[in-house]
Amino acid sequence: MPKTKSTENNQIQDAVVQIRDLHFSHGERLVFDGIDLDIVPGKVTAIMGPSGTGKTTLLKLIGGQLRPASGSVRVHGEEVPALRRSALYQLRKRMGMMFQSGALLTDINVFENVAYPIREHTRLPEALLRDLVLMKLQAVGLRGAADLMPAELSGGMARRVALARAIALDPMMVLYDEPFTGQDPISMGILVKLIRELNDALGLTSVVVSHDVHETAAIADYVYLLSEGKVVDHGHPDALWDSSSAWSRQFLEGRPDGPAAFHYPAADFRDDLLRGGRAN
Amino acid sequence: MLDALQHLGRATLDFFERLGRGHLLLLQMLAKLPGLLLRPGLVLVQLYSVGVLTLVIILVSGMFVGMVLGLQGYNTLVDFGAEDSLGVVVALSLVRELGPVVSALLFAGRAGSALTAEIGLMKATEQLSGMEMMAVDPVQRVIAPRFLAAFLSMPLLAAIFSAVGIYGGYLVGVPLLGVDDGAFWGQMQGAVDLHDDIYNGVIKSIVFGFVAGWIALFEGYDATPTAAGVSRATTRTVVHTALAVLGLDFVLTALMFGD
Repeated sequence: MPKTKSTENNQIQDAVVQIRDLHFSHGERLVFDGIDLDIVPGKVTAIMGPSGTGKTTLLKLIGGQLRPASGSVRVHGEEVPALRRSALYQLRKRMGMMFQSGALLTDINVFENVAYPIREHTRLPEALLRDLVLMKLQAVGLRGAADLMPAELSGGMARRVALARAIALDPMMVLYDEPFTGQDPISMGILVKLIRELNDALGLTSVVVSHDVHETAAIADYVYLLSEGKVVDHGHPDALWDSSSAWSRQFLEGRPDGPAAFHYPAADFRDDLLRGGRAN
Repeated sequence: MLDALQHLGRATLDFFERLGRGHLLLLQMLAKLPGLLLRPGLVLVQLYSVGVLTLVIILVSGMFVGMVLGLQGYNTLVDFGAEDSLGVVVALSLVRELGPVVSALLFAGRAGSALTAEIGLMKATEQLSGMEMMAVDPVQRVIAPRFLAAFLSMPLLAAIFSAVGIYGGYLVGVPLLGVDDGAFWGQMQGAVDLHDDIYNGVIKSIVFGFVAGWIALFEGYDATPTAAGVSRATTRTVVHTALAVLGLDFVLTALMFGD
């Protein structure tokens, strides 16, 4: 349901994540050229865009794994790039992150993977820890897989375990890095359902980075579209489908050519052919 | 010409950047060592992985090196009628040089390469990033325990290498070639000095353990997170450790035994 402008403004004032005039480069390649973005509490916010636009980089900037060249990244009012390591770690205890690869520790089983952050940061009795871990695994439907090793899991199961681990410490916010990439329709459906339901049931704030348009739009409350270092469009998913932006229409409808060109920049084709195999 | 200069400049800058990153990691590892006192279990697991699992290659190699030393030493000494000194030759060769050096080279090939590959793959599969996002410091949790295990294992492995090698030399020299049993052990006992020979050998193996662990862990931690990157890092670990051990061996020998 599209919101009124005043409702959105109120929510933005309470934003869990506030990004202002963010600039970031990988070497000489400009990734972000002054983007502004707000993540509203209790909602699922999607960051979408084609591969290579810096969506994962944006999550790393929010998590403090990368430092911006300039601009502000505030999470719960704290300026992330300015935090000392101990303060950053305190903040990260309130965030969960589900990596594209799952990033499970391969030498311990599923139970121990989910228990890992709890063991590292709390001194809970073993019986209570076991109950907590089994509850998290039950929430993602994998309590029966507690004794399996990561190598024995399918890609979809590995991501569900990673999701259980991401919510192990009951975070305020969960960051999802390409959760649907490479998943079969059933696994994708499970992940879509889990992200939405866990967000609502646990009162989380979710940030989903993805280029899977339909799955992401189905669960997102708000969408930001990124391209070439800029936020090219943003709004409620329904509103974006009606957007007049040529870029938004190309991305959402999957058109092969448009503002994002089909051809990688190159010299004139005729000149290239006439050069007859000579080096540039 | 200009391209070559640019290439040289780039390579020089890359070298010093890596050197800087290596020293930063070393400082971080050293700073985390006291924290391991609270979690000795992390170090014990790595002592098994780095030290105990390297024992087989150390035992077998030590035995063969000692046997070859016994054979070669006997063939040379017998020409001078000095075959009773075989025990001294074998023991000094092993305790001063071959024990620390060869066990460090074997350590780099078995444990060092395994450490680099393990850390490199953890980086490539985002396990280290995952730890950071769980507010767990990977240097404290993963790197420092392995560094301490390498540092502690190396002198023990070198000592075992030397002991087994001496026994190998004994087996070839005494029962096989007929060197007098009492002369073999007696001359060894008289000629091998605790301070000049054994302590200096132990110091060498401590230095080699420090360097081998540091290089292996840095190469893994700094590896490009791809299959080719991890492969290159593993190769660099073996090559750089071998060069560092041989170079340092010369420097340490000159300092210890040079007049």
